[in-house]
Amino acid sequence: MSNGSVDPAEVRHVADLARVDLAAEEIEVFSEQFAAVLEYFDALDEVPEIESEPDLTNVLRTDEVCDGLTQREALRNAPDTEDGYFEGPPVG
Amino acid sequence: MSHDAFITREATEGASAGPLADRMVAVKDNISTEGVRTTCGSAMLEEYVPPYDATVVEQLKKAGATIVGKTNMDEFGMGTTTETSHFGPTTNPVDDERVPGGSSGGSAAAVAAGEADLALGSDTGGSVRCPAAFCGVVGIKPTYGLVSRYGLVAYANSLEQIGPLAPTVGEAAELLNVIAGADERDATTRSQGDDADYASAADGDVEGMTVGVLTDLVEGADDRVTAVFEDSIDDLATQGAEIREVELDSLEHAVQAYYVIAMAEASSNLARFDGVRYGQSGGFEGDWNDAFARSREAGFGPEVKRRVLLGTYALSAGYHDKYYKKAQDARAWIKQDFDGALAEADVLASPTMPVLPPKLGESLDDPLALYLMDANTVPVNLADLPAISVPAGTADGLPVGVQFVGPAFGEQRIVRAGSAIEG
Repeated sequence: MSNGSVDPAEVRHVADLARVDLAAEEIEVFSEQFAAVLEYFDALDEVPEIESEPDLTNVLRTDEVCDGLTQREALRNAPDTEDGYFEGPPVG
Repeated sequence: MSHDAFITREATEGASAGPLADRMVAVKDNISTEGVRTTCGSAMLEEYVPPYDATVVEQLKKAGATIVGKTNMDEFGMGTTTETSHFGPTTNPVDDERVPGGSSGGSAAAVAAGEADLALGSDTGGSVRCPAAFCGVVGIKPTYGLVSRYGLVAYANSLEQIGPLAPTVGEAAELLNVIAGADERDATTRSQGDDADYASAADGDVEGMTVGVLTDLVEGADDRVTAVFEDSIDDLATQGAEIREVELDSLEHAVQAYYVIAMAEASSNLARFDGVRYGQSGGFEGDWNDAFARSREAGFGPEVKRRVLLGTYALSAGYHDKYYKKAQDARAWIKQDFDGALAEADVLASPTMPVLPPKLGESLDDPLALYLMDANTVPVNLADLPAISVPAGTADGLPVGVQFVGPAFGEQRIVRAGSAIEG
């Protein structure tokens, strides 16, 4: 990682993976800011490998039918609906 | 005088009797309230109205509280100043030119200004304790698993807890009494808080208590902050506490580990915002990837985009081991260090924030500098431990908070230590 900035193509690639469109100016600003943050993260290299045994417990419950949201409640915040369904963009 | 502490002011009456009857409680706007808009400080959720209450909101209502409104916050909790809110900044009631801290800045400002008796915030890396310190009120970050997160809009779910803000330690502990306890709708909750009484621990009795001063977190602080902190420690010694110095080598990696883990979890948690079930629609042009990317461009502000992208980067092929795995090692190391220190001391102490509250607009341009302000608060989130911030005095007329850290489910100890230095 250089001190100056991350390759803008890399920022565009990550934005694509994260499904976030960015304006050209945003890509430019992020390229510089990411370099500083990632360089700071590089100090994690000094952290030793740690053996840890977290205290984990299974949390189980019986699978019983109970009241949930109504269809009307579930759809209330959707920008677009059709015939009781969410309306989404075309797939592929 | 308004400090823009609220995004939505809408009163909801609770039960007619209960431990919080006649108390006005403000609720951070990332905690779901049935029928009352819950925005997370984001354009994405500007019109989102939850169809159900968070568990903590049900508990408030049952306890007789009146909810007075939903408080301003950094967008999705991502910030330390409440300036990344889509709805504009909240100002600090102590000094209107300064930030209230964040991300629960609206909740702290509402309490400091007397616009609410009590408030709920959420603390992922200091978001309750930082604004408590900057506004001169008390804030508690409970042990991970003490308070239900059901209905809290997730930012980094392995780190965050809902916590109380109040004018005094005793009142914050009373609110914690109401919200603590196991919840079948949040499988990460534990039963230790079911019948616990935290308020009665606010007795100021520190005779014989061992207080470990976290020197690594004192050295990095502004001299004016350090002076107030050291006065408080002297005060505890005068009251019969035994003071020791504690050095923890792992702490220099806490901010790095915190941001890698928080951003990684954020990139996953915020994937749900695609503008279909709720949020800003991305329209119907192109395929679903195009529409989702447009929804998220329009709905998210710059800090949220930054964290989602950096989190995606840290989890992506080729970088996972370098960043995420090492951050998990650092987290385990910090936990071990704290366990060791808390075997020797009853509570650990540091300044809550290493700096005094900055002026509005002063700190937004350099994200890394802002992240470094969280150096003293993020360690306990990584270690799952409870911590309290208590007003300890002022420097240049601005509030300074002292933080006490306790062992897991040792909230009584930090309440006791905090009550010994307030007022």
